[in-house]
Order: sequence, then structure tokens, then C-alpha cells
Amino acid sequence: MTDIHLKTIFGRLTWESFPIHEPILFGTFVVVLLLGLAIVGAVTWYRLWGYLWHEWFTSVDHKKIGIMYVILGIIMLLRGFADALMMRAQQAIAFGANEGYLPAHHYDQIFTAHGTIMIFFVAIPLVVGIINFVMPLQIGARDVAFPFLNNLSFWLTAAGAVLTMVSLFVGEFARTGWLSYAPLAGLAYSPDTGVDYYLWSLQIAGVGTTLSAINMVATIIKMRAPGMTMMKLPVFCWTALCSNVLAIAIFPALTAAFFLLMLDRYVGTNFFTNDLGGAPMMYWNMVWIWGHPEVYVLVLPAFGIYSEITSTFTGKRLFGYSSMVYATVVITILSYLVWLHHFFTMGAGPAVNSFFGIATMVISIPTGAKIFNWLFTMYRGDIRFELPMMWVVAFMLTFVVGGMTGVLLAIPPADFVLHNSLFLVAHFHNVIIGGVVFGLFAGMVYWFPKAFGFKLDPFWGKVGFWGWVVGYWVAWTPIYVVGLMGTARRVRHFDDPNFQPYFVIAAIGALIILVGILGFVMSIVMGFVNRTALRDVTGDPWDGRTLEWSTASPPPAYNFAFLPVVHDLDAWYDMKSRGYARPTGDFRPIHMPRNTGTGVILAGLSLSLGFGMVWYIWWLAALSSLALLAVAVGHTFDFARDTFIPADVVAATEVKRRTLLGQGG
Amino acid sequence: MFDPAFSPLRRAFALALPLLLLGGCDAVVMSPTGDVALQQRNLILFSVAVMLLIIVPVMVLTVLFAWRYRRGNANKVYEPDFDHSTTLELVIWSCPLLIIIALSAVTWTSTHLLDPFRPLERLAPGVPVPSDMKPLTVEVIALDWKWLFIYPDLGIATVNELALPVNVPVRFAITSSDQFNTFYAPTLAGMIYAMPTMRSELNAVLNKPGDSWGYSGNYSGRGYSDMRFKLRGIEAADFDRWVAEVKAAGGILALSNLVELVKPSERVPVMRFASVEQGLFDRTLNRCVEPGKPCMVDLMRRDMETDRGHAHAHGVPEMPPGRSAEPLIGGKPKPALEKVPEEKGSGPNVTAPAQLDPRGALEPGSAHNRDHQ
Amino acid sequence: MTDRTWDAGEPEIAWHETGAEGHEHGGGATVLGFWIYLMSDALIFASLFAMYGVVSTGYAGGPGPRQLFDLPLVALNTALLLVSSITFGQAIPHMEAGRVGPTQAWLAVTGLLGAAFVGVELYEFSHLIAEGAGPQRSAFLSAFFTLVGTHGAHVTVGLIWIATMLVQLSQHGLSGEMRRRIICLSMFWHFLDIIWIGVFTFVYLHGVIR
Repeated sequence: MTDIHLKTIFGRLTWESFPIHEPILFGTFVVVLLLGLAIVGAVTWYRLWGYLWHEWFTSVDHKKIGIMYVILGIIMLLRGFADALMMRAQQAIAFGANEGYLPAHHYDQIFTAHGTIMIFFVAIPLVVGIINFVMPLQIGARDVAFPFLNNLSFWLTAAGAVLTMVSLFVGEFARTGWLSYAPLAGLAYSPDTGVDYYLWSLQIAGVGTTLSAINMVATIIKMRAPGMTMMKLPVFCWTALCSNVLAIAIFPALTAAFFLLMLDRYVGTNFFTNDLGGAPMMYWNMVWIWGHPEVYVLVLPAFGIYSEITSTFTGKRLFGYSSMVYATVVITILSYLVWLHHFFTMGAGPAVNSFFGIATMVISIPTGAKIFNWLFTMYRGDIRFELPMMWVVAFMLTFVVGGMTGVLLAIPPADFVLHNSLFLVAHFHNVIIGGVVFGLFAGMVYWFPKAFGFKLDPFWGKVGFWGWVVGYWVAWTPIYVVGLMGTARRVRHFDDPNFQPYFVIAAIGALIILVGILGFVMSIVMGFVNRTALRDVTGDPWDGRTLEWSTASPPPAYNFAFLPVVHDLDAWYDMKSRGYARPTGDFRPIHMPRNTGTGVILAGLSLSLGFGMVWYIWWLAALSSLALLAVAVGHTFDFARDTFIPADVVAATEVKRRTLLGQGG
Repeated sequence: MFDPAFSPLRRAFALALPLLLLGGCDAVVMSPTGDVALQQRNLILFSVAVMLLIIVPVMVLTVLFAWRYRRGNANKVYEPDFDHSTTLELVIWSCPLLIIIALSAVTWTSTHLLDPFRPLERLAPGVPVPSDMKPLTVEVIALDWKWLFIYPDLGIATVNELALPVNVPVRFAITSSDQFNTFYAPTLAGMIYAMPTMRSELNAVLNKPGDSWGYSGNYSGRGYSDMRFKLRGIEAADFDRWVAEVKAAGGILALSNLVELVKPSERVPVMRFASVEQGLFDRTLNRCVEPGKPCMVDLMRRDMETDRGHAHAHGVPEMPPGRSAEPLIGGKPKPALEKVPEEKGSGPNVTAPAQLDPRGALEPGSAHNRDHQ
Repeated sequence: MTDRTWDAGEPEIAWHETGAEGHEHGGGATVLGFWIYLMSDALIFASLFAMYGVVSTGYAGGPGPRQLFDLPLVALNTALLLVSSITFGQAIPHMEAGRVGPTQAWLAVTGLLGAAFVGVELYEFSHLIAEGAGPQRSAFLSAFFTLVGTHGAHVTVGLIWIATMLVQLSQHGLSGEMRRRIICLSMFWHFLDIIWIGVFTFVYLHGVIR
């Protein structure tokens, strides 16, 4: 076969594309391959393929999709954190004559992959997953508005994650930083596969995220239980609503920016090129119109989680519910008006800079009000310091510092000194870890018994908690300091040995965080091992206040045998305190959506389209596109998408539950 | 503006955050030698102090409430329905609001006073710029991956070495050849983006002699980590000697060797040029360093004529006029979809071993410097 | 604080919805969801318009709108699309009255007009590229082709959707599900009309008058 044939069939995929010469990658590759084979073997051995396919992959049940999102997020967290450890190790040793162990080629991929994965494939899936699982239960619904779309959204996100992971072993990932700024990410300066992997993964995942956001908004607006007016909506659902409205408003800008960069690279247009009239600045504007609000897309639901937990574990109604709601809405709107603070130093002029600086600071007012609301929820409360509440207190103490450095960075002349320094990096890790990650862990611990019917192991949960909290402070305090010593971000090697002790401390901090991550994983494992002792038969293990605690743990497929009628905020607390009695009979068949494999197929085709485009395998890309179209149109010919759960099945499930509760059958 | 008034605050702040003391003498951002950076430092300290007024009470109250209202504490008040208080709500919205109003006022004034485009009015606190003192102009060009400094008034140029006379205002004109970089010398002033086709400006002054360093703060590709320059503050008298030294050393920077210098190279040692061809900064800014490439400023003039419907009577000579103009592709790479199979090349994985090259210029212009074959 | 009553076991409190199944999946949510999707799509177009605005004079020494745009042709195209919106409007009363045949006929007319629109646009594009004024020539042309082409791609999707609807109308008649789909399609089609008015005004007219 001649070269032309090979290139037509395989595009630019050659033997060179595989990491045969790179010991770190090759080792990882072998380990991942063996692990993968072991998992596939185990699933085959225990004949689980059918179960996984019918019960999980094709499921349109919002609870299962939520759990799959969370699993995806946790797996990708391990990958993203491995990148973090490698960076910390490099920066701890690469001083003076010591070049460290990572060449620029490799190090630059790692910091790009770390940022990209942590935001797009860890934070977003975890947030979307928790919203998916909790929100319909909290509003007393049986599913989301578009169950099939929900399944498709998940698989598109997963396809994006898979494409990113493929880049680890086939070709390479981008070396352009997590937002792949133009003009560096243009074809002239980054001709290899990295940026193409980046663009296609994020574009595919981004479609999933946008569809999911549309779905969640329609669900909250249209499917609330009778009586649940907007001002009786649990705070978490309010934050989920604002977060998803914001996502719908910002993802189009990112999609457009990536689309135009793709055209530059594939078609030869001149949007973000230096020559022929291109405007690279426009790329920066578009990605930051997405980028800054994205922080709030992630942190608002985390705020919602803190609110629910604080209220539950203090045994009090949330202090200032309506001011909490207004604060959330105000943050949502303001976050759209501040993106320029990411490049004050480009010389927009003092009036523009001041405007965006002050707009940024104004966001801290509603955020500050929220902190006070949690504080006064604790005031005169009866606080139970179980794991979720510990996360809340750790969050409050950590996040305020990040908020302070954030306001500092919003002052343009101060930003001139601190912009793009490690101080900035420490700031956004302070708010993302202290705000978002702590919240996600709090949420996972809080709702885990609802999802699986047993609590997480408390000892290992505490190991995870202390590992994260102590590790965060040990890892990031020195980075604040070296930022003030004048070091830039993304630097691979330093000349000044004075910095070294700080980076060594930071690396130790990263190892302590590793203990935190492993502690969390162990709390799941040991929780499973001790599940009989940790079992929750009540469905309400924390003495909760919202509707998700009114149903069984784990909830039945239909969530509620009868849709609840809501009379007050904290509906379940209201029901409990006013002598609510479970219904015992008169069950009806329940209308539910039917499972479908179309989502998996569409996502798989998107993945092969992305792979074909990254590697210039045009026949594969063309076939995948045609198949995508055919399957999508074909799916609309399926009119039998619903099914009924018969009344006797509902009755049997409910009777079983009553037996467990000791209320007799 | 903050300097004398807030020094007690500053001391209090230093005590409150021993970490900064830990950084102590090394934290150049906290102990700069340039007046602009000094004002920025004072602004940071002032703002932090103001914000600590609310942050510290919040942290203390968090710990206090968490401790006092824990379940095990018998001596506490438990009010499960305490969920609203208009007074408290007013306080919790107005406290952050007051702080932000204060900071906004500071932001507005300081952003205007410390605008990098604004010519300096003082050399140091209380020392206005003498009326007869003209600022020294330095043209800064970020190349891949080194810094070129042109002193147009003195007719000299340097690479990766920026020497400045102390207590003389300096006006930097900043651009870049290909990538977005930031020009940043922490002891001198805040950072400013250096961007291709765009001209930024920075006005600053160095107050103390001594060597320090500067770098790019915006990742710009493979050689970014080592894209550093030496910043030398020199007494005015010694500065003339330094200029004479540079002139004596010989070497000319002309368009012909700028073309070579623009190509990517890493860890370039200090270079000095005794004389400089005129207009190199403008050519870089207008992206016409390569011979035969039309300058952007000419293209834009032509574009304006296109808008007015002129038939390009005064167009740039090397461009064909009219409607069916040939594309000016120049060095533009072929887009993916136009590549025939042979042109697809290969998408390699990481195959290079850890780089152990000796310090110094690594084959300027080698394609390898862009990390692809 | 609250006006709740606290006597336990109030007999008259309804804790459950006891009537018939209240939640129809899809239902009103579909139209709302589709409307939200259109808003996000509008933001993609807004981004493309913004990009076009930024580089609309970046001819890079090449031709500008005055040399390139053929306004009579574009006016014809605009007319085709506007009329197609009217013909779609004609289909809706028939759909509401449950008349399958006329609904299909008007949809088919709409589709033909849309196909003609796409055809004219393709002719315009090929003409420009043949003259050396393709999307690679300058940032202005890149943005022009992308903005107009993205709109054209949407119209093409609309055409596929119309074809699908014609087939499914024959299979299922005007069921509730089909009506919902046709309502969504009509929103999509009118939305593209509005976008096109923006393109015609800002790109073509403003480009030539400037």
C-alpha cells in the first residue's frame, strides 16, 4: 500500500502517534489498558452487560443519569488530579540546573489538560449530575421534562470526556492553556492534533451541557408539584434554575468561538489569525463571556447545596430565604457583565476598566449576603456536626479568603501586578476548591444515602474531609506567596532557588489532597462493605426538610406513588410536623418514559465524527455525519416512547417500603 | 496617594498576615523599586485592610456560632423558626455594600491615576517630574521567545536586557511579533499585554539602582518559561557609560537580521546592537517584517478606499487591483480540508526525551522550535 | 414569620394529588423547551453577528461589500424566504382544523421556497468563490460566509425537518404529537426568517450603503 492510500485511510494517524518512546505515558497506557481489560473481563464474567445496558446506559431515569454523571466526574477527577500531581512535582524540582522531568512539550499538555478536564469533565458533570438526581425529587416530579434528551446529554458529555482521554495515548492534547487562546491555538502556531482534540471534545460535550440546561429549566418551570410556587421552591432548585439559565445564555458564545476557531483550522478562514484582518481579541472576549459566568454556573448550585445542608443540620428554616433567592438572581445577571476583568491589562482604558472592575466587586455584595444568611441560619440553631455540615463550615472559612482575593483582583491597578501570576492561580483554586469542590463533596455525602440506601462510611469520610481541607491550605497558601514574589503561571522551570521551598510545601499539600481523594473513595468502598450497618430504611436519614426525603432510599423508579401537594417551603418538614400519613391504597398505573439506546448511539457517532476530524480521516467523519443524521431522523419515527408502570407493581413496591418502616403491610 | 496615610494600616496588615512576612524580602511585588509598582502595592495593602474589616468578623462568627450552637451544648438558645429579621437583613446587605462603595471610589480614582497610558506626574512620592525632563522612550517587542528593546532616541537595541536610568520617566511602546505576551517587570510596574498588530503603552519609573528581572506573564508556547529579561537600574551618569558600551560593541539591527531574530528561538543570551534601522517597531506592529509582505497600515488605508468605492488608484503597488484579487496568503498554512493525502503529515505523540540542551540560542528559526516536524 | 397552623393531623390537608395523572411528559414543556433552544441559537447568531461587526471592514486589501454584493439577487432571496414564512402561516389553520392534505400541501410549498432560497445562496457563494472572493481571502469574507452559511445550514435542517413531517403526516395524521412538532417547526422557520432580516439589513444593505 502506498503512502497515499495509507493517508487516505488513516489520515495523519501513524505509528508515531502512539507513545512508544515516552516511558511515563507508555506505562500509564499499559496500566490503563490492563485495568480496562480487567473491568471488561469482570463485566463479561458476571454477565453484567445486559444489566448495564438495559438498566443504566439506555436508562432515561433522571436518578440513574445523575448517578452516571457523578461517576464520570469522579473518574475524570482522578485523571485531572494526576495531572495536578505531575505539575506540582515538576515545579517542586525544576530549579536552576535541574530541568525537572517534564519537557515543555509534555508539561504544556498537562496544564492544559488539567484545567480543561477539571472544569468541563469534573465540575460540570458533578454539578449537572447532582442537579439531575436531586432537583426532580425536590420539586416532586417523576422525571425531567425531556427524559430522552437527558440521556443523550449525558452520553455526549461522556463522549467528549472519552475523546479527551484518547488524546492521552493517541496523538497529544493541546499545549495552549485551558482556554486555547488565539492566535496561539491557530493553525499557524499549533498545527498538531492537540487543539483539534480540544475543540472537538469540548464542542461535543458542550452540546450535551446546553441540551441538559434547557431540559433542567423546562423541568423546573413546568413540572413542579401542585402548590409549589416559585417562592416555595427549595433554594437548591432556585440555584439550579439560575445556573442553568446562565448556562443557556453563555454556552452559545463558547460554541461560536470554538466553531470559528475550527473554521480557521479546517477551512482556512481568518477570524483569529494575525494577518488578513483577523481579530484574535474577539476570541478572548467570546471565551470569557462564557468563562466568567461559567464560574457562577458551577458555584451557584454549590451555594444551593450549602443552603440545604445548613438548614437541615441546624434544624432551622433557612435564614432570609427570599434574600437568598434575590441574591442568586442578582449574581446570575451581574456575572454576565464582568468578563473584561480577565484582561484589564490589554489597555481598554481607565473608564472601561473601572466599569468592569466595579461591576465585578458588586457581585461580592449578594455573595456576602449569602454568607451572612448561612451564618444566621446557624445562629440559634441546633447544629449536628455530621460530615455534610463539616464541609459547610470548611467552605465558609475557606471561601471568604478567595472572595477577598477576588475583589482585590477586580481592582484594575492591583490586577496589573497580580494578573497571570500564581496569585491569580491561587485565587481561582481558592474559590473553585473552597466553593465548588467542597460543595460537591458536601452534596455527594448528603444525598448518597438517598441514592443508594446507605450512608457513606463516616471514618473514611472524615479522612477525606480533613485531607481536602488541610491539603487545600497547605497546597495553596505558598502559591499565594510565590505569586506575590512575582512568578507567572504556567512556568515550567525557575531560576531563583528562593521559590523552591514554597513549591515543595505546595507539592506536599497536593499529596495531602490525594489522601483526601483516596479517603473519599474509601468512604464509598467501606460504606458498601458496611452497608448493612449504615442502611437507611426511613428514606430520611438526616431529618431532612425537602421532598426528596419523603420517598424511599433509593427512590422507586416513579419517585412518588402520588404526586405531593405542597403547602409551605420545606415541604417535607411541613408534612412531618403536621401529621402527614402515607397513602396505603388506591394506587394507579404510572405513566413513565421508555428506555432507549438512541442516546448512546448518537454519542458514539459523535465520538467517531470527532476522532475522524481530529485525524483528518475524512471518510470516517463523513460516514459518521451521515449516520448521525439518519439515526436522529429515524428516532423521530419512534412514537411509542411511553410506558405504564401497572398499579399492582406500584402497590407492591409501596407495601414493601411500609414493611421496612415497620408500619405493616 | 495612599502612601503616607496608610502606613500604620500597612503595619497592622503585615502583623495580621505573617505569611507575607514569610515572603518578606523576596516578595518583589510587596517591595518594589519603581514608583508605579509601589503605588500598586499600596493599593493592594489598603484594599486588603478594608476587606479584612468584614472578612475577619465573618470568620470569627463562623467559628463562634459553630461552636456555641453545636448540639452537645446545653447552654444554648434553639429557635427553629428564627428565619427572618429585617434589621439583620439590612445589616448583612449594607455592610458589604459600604465596603464595596469605598473600594469602588478607590478603584475609579486609582484606575485613572495609574492608567498605563497616562504620562507620569511624579518620580517618587512628593517628587514631581521636572518640567524640562523628557521621558526616555523604549520600544518593546515580544518575539518568540525573547524580548527586543529598541531605544529609538539613543539609536541602540538590546535583546533580553533592559537597562534604565533611575529617576527618569520611561515611556514604553509595546507590541509583539506573533503571540500574546505580557510585558512584566514586577519591581517596575504592573504588566501590560504585548499583542501582535496592537500597540500598548506603559509609563513608569525606576527609583533604585540594582538588577532584577522581568518576564512574560502570558503563556505563548514552548519557550515561554525562559522568556526572561534582565532589568538593570543604573544611575543616570552610569547609564551614559552603558550606552557608550553598547555603541562600542558594534552590531547593527536592520530589517535583514530582524527577519532572522523574529523566528522562534529559546533561551537567547543577551544581545546588544550599536545601531538600529529606523521604523523596525512600526514594521513589526504592521506585520511587514518579511520582505514583500504589505504593511497592515497600507492595507487598512486601501480598505477605507474600498469602502468609498475608489478604484484603488493609490493602492499598494504589489497588490493586484480590482474585484478578483488573488488571495494574499503569504506564509499562511494550508487548512486541513484542503490537504491532499500526502500533505496530511503525521500527528505525533510525545516522543522527545527530556530536553537537555545547553543554555543559549537553540537554532533560531528551526521548525522544531514550534514543536512540530 | 410564618402563618402556619401547628395543630397536628388537620384532617382537611391534601398531601397528594388524587385526581387523574397530572403530568404529561412533553406537553407544554416541549414548546417551552424548544423556545429556550431557539433563544440559545439566537445567541449563537448574536456571536456570529458580533464577529462580523468586528471584522466587517477587514478586507485585507481585497474586495468589499460594494464590489461583491448583488442586491437584486439578495432581494429575490429575501422575498423567497419571507413568502415561505407566509405559506407556513397558511398551513397552521388547516392543521388546527385537522385537515391533513392541505397542511401537507402548504408545508410542501414552504419547503420548495426554502429549497429555492438555499439554491440561490449556493449560487451566490459559488460565484464569489470563483471570483477569488472566498472565505479565505479576508476576515470580512470569512465572517460573511460563516454568518450567511450558518443561516443557510439552518434552513437546510428545516428542509429535512419539513420532509420528515410530510412523511410522518401521512403515517400518523394530525395527532397531538404531530401538532406539537409542527408548531415547533413553525417557530423554527419564523425564527430563521427573523435572523435573515438581520442578515439582510446588517450585512447586505449596510455593507453597500456604508
